[in-house]
Amino acid sequence: MDNLDTAIEKLRAAAAAAREAAEAAQAYSDQLATAGAAASGGAIDPFVFRLAIFALAVFVGYYVVWSVTPALHTPLMSETNAISSVIVVGALLSVGVAATDSGSIFARFVGFIALILASVNIFGGFLVTERMLAMYKKKG
Amino acid sequence: MNANLAALLYLVSGILFILALRGLSSPATSRQGNRFGMIGMAIAVVTTLALRPPSSGLSWLLIILGFAIGGGIGAWRARTIQMTAMPQLVAMFHSLVGLAAVLVAAGAFYAPEAFGIEEGDIIHPASTIEMSLGLAIGAITFTGSIIAFLKLDGRMSGTPILLPQRHVVNGGLGVALVLLIALFYATQSPLCFWLIALDSLALGVLLIIPIGGADMPVVISMLNSYSGWAAAGIGFTLGNLALIITGALVGSSGAILSYIMCKGMNRSFISVILGGWGGEVAASAHAAETRPVKQGSAEDAAFMMKNASKVIIVPGYGMAVAQAQHSLREMADLLKKDGVEVKYAIHPVAGRMPGHMNVLLAEADVPYDQLEEMDEANQEFGRTDVSLVIGANDVTNPAAKTDPKSPIYGMPVLDVDKAKTVLFVKRGMGSGYAGVENELFFRDNTLMLFGDAKKMTDAIVKALQH
Repeated sequence: MDNLDTAIEKLRAAAAAAREAAEAAQAYSDQLATAGAAASGGAIDPFVFRLAIFALAVFVGYYVVWSVTPALHTPLMSETNAISSVIVVGALLSVGVAATDSGSIFARFVGFIALILASVNIFGGFLVTERMLAMYKKKG
Repeated sequence: MNANLAALLYLVSGILFILALRGLSSPATSRQGNRFGMIGMAIAVVTTLALRPPSSGLSWLLIILGFAIGGGIGAWRARTIQMTAMPQLVAMFHSLVGLAAVLVAAGAFYAPEAFGIEEGDIIHPASTIEMSLGLAIGAITFTGSIIAFLKLDGRMSGTPILLPQRHVVNGGLGVALVLLIALFYATQSPLCFWLIALDSLALGVLLIIPIGGADMPVVISMLNSYSGWAAAGIGFTLGNLALIITGALVGSSGAILSYIMCKGMNRSFISVILGGWGGEVAASAHAAETRPVKQGSAEDAAFMMKNASKVIIVPGYGMAVAQAQHSLREMADLLKKDGVEVKYAIHPVAGRMPGHMNVLLAEADVPYDQLEEMDEANQEFGRTDVSLVIGANDVTNPAAKTDPKSPIYGMPVLDVDKAKTVLFVKRGMGSGYAGVENELFFRDNTLMLFGDAKKMTDAIVKALQH
């Protein structure tokens, strides 16, 4: 019993530490955001900021994809398929809609369907990529 | 969790996705890359659940149920799918991303509070533009991919369906789409929203049906790209960095693959998406050829290859259809045991999607360092005794280099004719996808091996064992 108690105590301590770490992370990211806002004078519309990230990501994608070996173009396609199902975050928001919100029943329904479709893609995409990549072996 | 931390975590997951693609630069690092992708996805999901926790027990139940159902179906498809059917699977997956984008846009439109995009009683005006772009591209991706899936799966004929006045109709739908988006921006009416969806669904079907089966590698890459842009559109609506970065990555990836495929077939991208090429040439294919060819048997082929010092195998989709890749590897192993150097030459458009042939050979345990790309292989054909063309045709046709009148003129080809002897495994004298006669068949140093690719390879293996 004593062992159990100490174990629980340790778990509690670990949970408290994790919470503290999370709070610290939030505080840091807030500071970062404040600093960022201060640097830009808070004048930049979030849309411009997102557009900048989008444009840079297009270029990153361009160079990264050209470096993919042609032998792996099929896995590249299934991999991009899997990661584009990160659209699941939209589905989760839609399912998690509060019951008091307008149109909540409809949103919950379409969100649920979108969630199923996206998870087919997430699991299917990553697993089939894994299966293909496991076939590429180097031998004598 | 507060919004700033969430945004940073989404950024982390976007970076992990970049690393996932980066890992694919070599087979050695690729599996680690795939893990990065999975971790990135997990971070994105957990962050979303922590940032805006689902409002009720019912929501939680639906979320767990959704993951279980979808995940189960996905895992089952991933384990059971035949490698020859990869293009169909990928087309199906594209359609799912497209439909998910449409549904998420609908959810955001009907319950903007859940997405934090409301502004008083209306939706933030900029969000309506982003939302309608995500919706429109998603809908085009959805129906377009369904058509591509049906064509690849053989449930719909691969011959182009050319509707009268199709350019006018498509142009009209395109103009209507732009007008509807403007109207939606101004009025935010549900009618406009659904008209955009309908218009785009129709456009998706009409854009893909005129494209012939031979151009499917381009189509599937193009739809890959579209699914990325749809995700990016939704990403802007939600202000989600992970989605924006991923959409941009996938969009540019698909665009590059389309470009590579077009170059491999020497087609301009415009002519592929407008369709119509396959129809014209199919008619000219009937000019029956009566010149004599030299015909050989499996024993002849086995004898020639056994006495060669270097053999290059040129596999095409016909080999995959006949499921001959395993016998082919067995044949190569026997030849190697006899001290023959064996290589495989892979044309960029061999198979039904980018890199398809490499996966099929990898499945048959062919080590990837024996596979050579076109440029590499073309330098080696001159020093090769036998080139064995199996299930391929157009990609070896010298008319692409010499005959400006040929429909495939300018397409990069494998110079198999530079080898001392060319062996062609073919079912009959029919011409390839492009419907073009291959004059290699009639050359003195060509030996035709008529028969099913698998049966012929098995017979060669048998002959080699004696």
